[in-house]
Amino acid sequence: MSPPASEGETLTAPHQLAYTYKRSLGPVLSRFFTALRDRQILGVRRKDGTTMVPPKEYDPDTGDALDELVPVAEVGVVKSWAWVAEPRKKQPLDHPFAYALIQLDGADTPLLHAVDAGDEGRMKTGMRVRTRWADETVGAITDIACFEPEA
Amino acid sequence: MSDEKSTEPVQILLTPVELDYTYSAGVSASRFLNAMAEGKLLGQRCPVDGRVYFPTRGSCPQHGVPIEGEPVELADKGTIVTYSINRVPSENIDLELPYAAIQVLLDGADTVLMHVLGETSIDDVHMGMRVEAVWKPREEWDTSVGNIKYFRANGEPDAPFESYKEHI
Repeated sequence: MSPPASEGETLTAPHQLAYTYKRSLGPVLSRFFTALRDRQILGVRRKDGTTMVPPKEYDPDTGDALDELVPVAEVGVVKSWAWVAEPRKKQPLDHPFAYALIQLDGADTPLLHAVDAGDEGRMKTGMRVRTRWADETVGAITDIACFEPEA
Repeated sequence: MSDEKSTEPVQILLTPVELDYTYSAGVSASRFLNAMAEGKLLGQRCPVDGRVYFPTRGSCPQHGVPIEGEPVELADKGTIVTYSINRVPSENIDLELPYAAIQVLLDGADTVLMHVLGETSIDDVHMGMRVEAVWKPREEWDTSVGNIKYFRANGEPDAPFESYKEHI
């Protein structure tokens, strides 16, 4: 207990608003996250032969149900990025990093994740990156700790 | 990978959202809370119609004017104007279930305070019942309405309906 504040002092207090959401994954995303736990990245194949990573349950253009999951590479190319100079508490890395759209080899859509490049000067659209896995995988997107420059 | 690792499919994803705020009580509520820390219940009078708002507040919601006069100290007893029986446990309330959540019109106030009723059977709670505050031990007081542990029946005769009908 803090001592009573003097008359006239404006009080402040921490206030946390928290929603403890729990999502049921369904058959398609369940396989994606289960594979992450096994350190493998899956995409979903569309009828036109292209592959979406992360997978979706329905084709965004035709509405077709999708369920053919295929492995893609854990290396890929940065399609776009933004530098995070001052990371916040819940962000993937505790030091400056880039959020990037990363198209993995074998995929036709990009995945949003973090790139641990150390310095903004190392970031380039078109650069090659590879997956850095978390020490312990649990079946969550954070099983990919981040990506890092390939060379 | 450890041998103990589950081989069951991952079916559930936890996606907690946490918003961390620093809440500022503002001048008026701070005055009220600082007084709470000394066991005083402060209300404040609307300069237009004289109604006493409890807790103190910076402006009158009815007339849209600042409330700047001296605060009014209220008694720690009043009248139950309405209530509901609560049968679901709540993290911040350690009363035994079921208990009554009550709206109390403190003597001298024109707005009601939401609180809980202790030491009183839910079969006895009723509109018009007279109640008094039961305070926590003084060493536990803080700048909080929680300094009042709960209200309990104080044995006075019921307040007549006319005396609180405007405040239900």
